[in-house]
Amino acid sequence: MKAVCWMGPNKMSVETVPDPTILNPRDAIVRITSTCICGSDLHLYNGFMPTMEQGDIIGHEFMGEVMEVGAGISAEKLKVGDRVVVPFTIACGRCFFCQKQLWSCCDNSNPNYWVAEKLMGFSPSGLFGYTHMLGGYAGGQAQYARVPFADVGPLKIPDGIPDEKVIFLSDIFPTGYFGALNADIEQGDTVAIWGCGPVGQFAIRSALMLGAERVIAIDRFEYRLQMARDGGAETINYEDVDDVVQVLKDMTGNIGPDRCIDAVGMEAHTDSALYAYDRAKQMLRLETDRPFALRQAIQACRKGGTVSVPGVYGGFVDKMPMGAFVNKGLAMKTGQTHMMRFMKPLLERIERGEIDPSFVVSHRVPLNQAPEMYKIFNNKQDNCTKVVLDPWADGAVAA
Amino acid sequence: MNQSTSIYERAGRTPLRDVRRLGALIGGGALAIYGMSRRSRLGMALAAGGGALAYAGTRSRAQRSNPIAHSTVLLNCAPEEAYRFWRNFENLPTFMHHLESVQQTGDRQSKWIAIGPMGKRVSWEAEITGEKENEYISWRSLPGSEIDVKGDVEFKRALADRGTIITARVRYSTPAGLLGEKLAKFMGKDPSFLMTQDLRRLKALIEAGEIPTTEGQSHGPRDRMTAVARTLDPDRPLGREARIGEVLSARRRVS
Repeated sequence: MKAVCWMGPNKMSVETVPDPTILNPRDAIVRITSTCICGSDLHLYNGFMPTMEQGDIIGHEFMGEVMEVGAGISAEKLKVGDRVVVPFTIACGRCFFCQKQLWSCCDNSNPNYWVAEKLMGFSPSGLFGYTHMLGGYAGGQAQYARVPFADVGPLKIPDGIPDEKVIFLSDIFPTGYFGALNADIEQGDTVAIWGCGPVGQFAIRSALMLGAERVIAIDRFEYRLQMARDGGAETINYEDVDDVVQVLKDMTGNIGPDRCIDAVGMEAHTDSALYAYDRAKQMLRLETDRPFALRQAIQACRKGGTVSVPGVYGGFVDKMPMGAFVNKGLAMKTGQTHMMRFMKPLLERIERGEIDPSFVVSHRVPLNQAPEMYKIFNNKQDNCTKVVLDPWADGAVAA
Repeated sequence: MNQSTSIYERAGRTPLRDVRRLGALIGGGALAIYGMSRRSRLGMALAAGGGALAYAGTRSRAQRSNPIAHSTVLLNCAPEEAYRFWRNFENLPTFMHHLESVQQTGDRQSKWIAIGPMGKRVSWEAEITGEKENEYISWRSLPGSEIDVKGDVEFKRALADRGTIITARVRYSTPAGLLGEKLAKFMGKDPSFLMTQDLRRLKALIEAGEIPTTEGQSHGPRDRMTAVARTLDPDRPLGREARIGEVLSARRRVS
């Protein structure tokens, strides 16, 4: 089959690799009909995520049709021919964490648990198409994928809804929703959201669904800010203002946003001199993550407010304003999304017509064009917000 | 289980071992930095060699002639279930990767075969020396075995009925000679680490019904750095020919 492989920093290539096979009783094989490039794949592309290996198949947003199921899966859970969206986190469904609905903290899905344990104390669940520290499972930017614990994760999708409306249930829609949910929004709240990429866009819409009175979105790309305004947010282009925190104060009568959401993560960008400082430290591997958005979110948040972090961080950050965080009595909530908690209810919202997630799509291309799309997405060229890849389109014929 | 703790006292560190370890660390580190600064193929080889040496330096503390493996894990099941699974020693190789097989030869006797370095088999006969249903089991190799093994495992209901805490300890020692050396090397991957990995696999097996794996999944062309990293992986059992073959067949991509 064809698959997008990570061949080193800034080197993605479409390779012909063996088709996946069932390795464990609760596995399934899915023939992929749609797959996407996620913003978190760019952290891999840029080489900032430790424990990648050349030849890894990447991608964690995919859906398709079940081709084969292992002996450990009962027919009422999943059967050949089912159309499914596969969540990016892998969960066993039976450990302490899964039973507490903390699916992304599953204890039994990361075969390389010990590596993550060294860095983080304990390991989160395994993920598709990501670092070996998080399982090293072959990903979904391919024609087929092996899905472990397939009786727990995949969500069945009725026929009649196009892929594009439901594919984002695999990650970014639930992730944006979880980011908003983690902000503990109360009626009447003002919510500030850093980053208007796909997760930020879904966080904007979810915050409004969850009762926010007002959403202020922050980015520097006009096309993304426009999309945010289309979703009901007011916007700040941080390149046009001197100090985002001051602007947020001015916009809220000097009280600050009640809830702040960092939908940017480890590769944040800022205009200040701190950018050069953090960028240099990151290049020298003295710091793995650049936390500008997070610092601003903590600084801007009103006293007693909540900072929610759906943005991806991989290692360590520097100059965390802990004094502000403590003295203002803030709360912080984070985590990889507990996918299985949100996929079904969000599918129902899509079915009821409350939201059509396909608004984020900017590019639809054959899988073969993935390497150049990584470049375009990374450089934010061509008004790129979301790339959907078709593994079977012309030029991507199976080997 | 306090009475058994003294049997498993950890071997002390000696100054000589510390010096050697520090030497490997500093020397290896220097070689790695020099190699990387060369920015050539030879440089990369030097860097990789140096890195491996420094890595060995960090790990050599675990290389004792009398290694004790000790670990603990919380299982989401009742003590009865965990006890029943363990008490059938023939189940042990399903989660203890260095064991090839265990055969029950009587109610309290069993024959064990472990895989040593380069695929060499080591076998011994063992008997249960004490047990209390759903609480603990202890065993040891029979006198005269080529290797002396003592092990025990405890099953304790966790507070607030949150499952079962398993605590396992195994001590290996050998009379002397080459076999002892080899075994020490084999166990040199840090016995407690290997035990933790074993118990984690047991946890997955009991809770999820299977052990998570990516062995045998598809991937694109691997490079030599990946091959080096994989041989150094402390979780990778030695002596499994197929896996070493996979490492060696990792090819550098010709671009």
